[in-house]
Amino acid sequence: MIQEKKQSGIAFVIGASSVGTLIEWYDFYIFGMLATIISKQFFPADAGTAALLSTLAIFAAGFIVRPFGALVFGRLGDLIGRKHTFLLTLVIMGGSTFAIGLVPGYATIGWAAPILVLILRLLQGLALGGEYGGAATYVAEHAPQGQRGFWTSWIQTTATLGLFLALGVIIFIRSSQGVEKFSAEWGGWRYPFWISLLLVGVSILIRMRMSESPMFSKLKTEGKTSVNPLKESFGHKGNFKMVLLALFGAVMGQGVVWYTGQFYAQSFIETVCKVEFIQSRNLMLWAILMATPCFVLFGWLSDKVGRKWIMLIGMLAAVLTYRPIYKQFLSLTSAKNRIEKIDLAKTTVSEPKVVTDAKEATKIYVIQTFDTAYTDGAHFKYIKTDTLHLTAAYDANLKIDALNPSLVVSKSVKPNVVIEKTMDDATYWNLIWLVFIQIVYVTMVYGPIAAFLVEMFPTKIRYTSMSLPYHIGNGVFGGLVPFLGTLIVEFTKSPESPMGDALAGLWYPIGVASVCLIIGVFYLSNKIDKNVMD
Amino acid sequence: MNAVKKLLGYVWMLMAPALICFLVYQAVEKISAASEIQRANVALQWVIILLVFTPICVGFFIFGKYASSNEYAHLPESSNEIE
Repeated sequence: MIQEKKQSGIAFVIGASSVGTLIEWYDFYIFGMLATIISKQFFPADAGTAALLSTLAIFAAGFIVRPFGALVFGRLGDLIGRKHTFLLTLVIMGGSTFAIGLVPGYATIGWAAPILVLILRLLQGLALGGEYGGAATYVAEHAPQGQRGFWTSWIQTTATLGLFLALGVIIFIRSSQGVEKFSAEWGGWRYPFWISLLLVGVSILIRMRMSESPMFSKLKTEGKTSVNPLKESFGHKGNFKMVLLALFGAVMGQGVVWYTGQFYAQSFIETVCKVEFIQSRNLMLWAILMATPCFVLFGWLSDKVGRKWIMLIGMLAAVLTYRPIYKQFLSLTSAKNRIEKIDLAKTTVSEPKVVTDAKEATKIYVIQTFDTAYTDGAHFKYIKTDTLHLTAAYDANLKIDALNPSLVVSKSVKPNVVIEKTMDDATYWNLIWLVFIQIVYVTMVYGPIAAFLVEMFPTKIRYTSMSLPYHIGNGVFGGLVPFLGTLIVEFTKSPESPMGDALAGLWYPIGVASVCLIIGVFYLSNKIDKNVMD
Repeated sequence: MNAVKKLLGYVWMLMAPALICFLVYQAVEKISAASEIQRANVALQWVIILLVFTPICVGFFIFGKYASSNEYAHLPESSNEIE
């Protein structure tokens, strides 16, 4: 009876903590996933690349401020308690996410738009920096002895499920509204931000019913809480060396494996392999759904065999197989290995569509679609856009074929070609399988890490001490995987090889995970700390 | 095992400044190679990277220093050993 009551108590603790953390991840991810639309809405319309880079900078800034959030809220959590601190982070996150959805576009309020978005994004990063450490510490401090890995692994599922929820909500709204309505200034892309208010409201109500962590309450009653958590965490050599070990021997590698498996994979499939928007996101959803139970499996296993080797095997597998996996992505989505259909549907060429430039009446865009079908069921769509400058304004009644060549001043030498590949069923499931493998690596490195970090530090400075390495490892090392990966690929581009080496970006996560693996093997202990009360 | 940990400590100590030098070299090379229009963006990217990774490299150097002085020969088994 008592055992049952204990189990339902811990289940409520897990449920209430996890829902809040999941919503914070959801809030944080929708911004990154809508980065392209956000860059168009909040930055000058005539500077596409600059706008995207600016958004990426904001994206990176969101990650970079996470360690600062860890310090600010970690300190607060060790001073006033876990419950109130992670309630506060939830309010900040929900408020700033909702507010992003309310900021008018650049077209309406000019430069105030990107500045407001940047500030709100920084607030999001700050709140996320304070949330995870609190939730993981709170759950671990409630967990029964010998089951810490299992119970904290539920918190570990939230980051991936937050990604799942964000993907699902975006796909649902985009599919039901259509691309044009979704991408308009006050279009559907804002709904995921507004939905956050409702989700956060529910989560706040649940969290208000929670009581403080028993270990922290005990410390407080005994007057043994830390007076200066920052100084005790990073100013004392004994604890600081453990912070460094946690960062370089575990979290740094975990961070890059997490972001490569879930973010880099998605970005690679969409931007390098050119798989169609909805299909590329759907396959991520399937892979996430199938791999998520492994978080709990590896959390549970870590209670039996220790945390260290599960995490390190996950890292080793990632180091050894990333390049073959991504090579396979390229091969599966290539036109080279396919046979074009020899029938009427072989290649369908659409009628050229003319769009006049909004600012220059003499500038027109000629858009033509080429649809190639393959015997395996895949079909690739090539959307070619030529830019033409005319001597006079374009007559909309005139067909482009009937346009007098003497009217054309210049034509773009290199037309803009957008490729959208829709994969056949077999390839689609092969892609899901390859992403699934990567997410299993994520579950290996991430499932046991909350329990691992909690056991490394004393109760009175636990929130501060574990939050900083976690958010440097994930926020900086992990969060910059897409940014640095893209940058490395850029370095390999040359006049002889204008596309560069598409796999070069993987050297960053492989390098970081390798160093972390070596440090982990030699310096970490596999011993489970049975008593986290001290 | 402790001898390996100590030896690797020196490797980490060497790697940290080498990484900073590599990043600074890359930053200078990429910024100067960028076209006039792109230069501001490229410079911004590299300033962010350097600002973030320099303190991390300092931390990595300190980690190496601790490892080389056998601070990780024995890991604490209770919080009393940490405080």
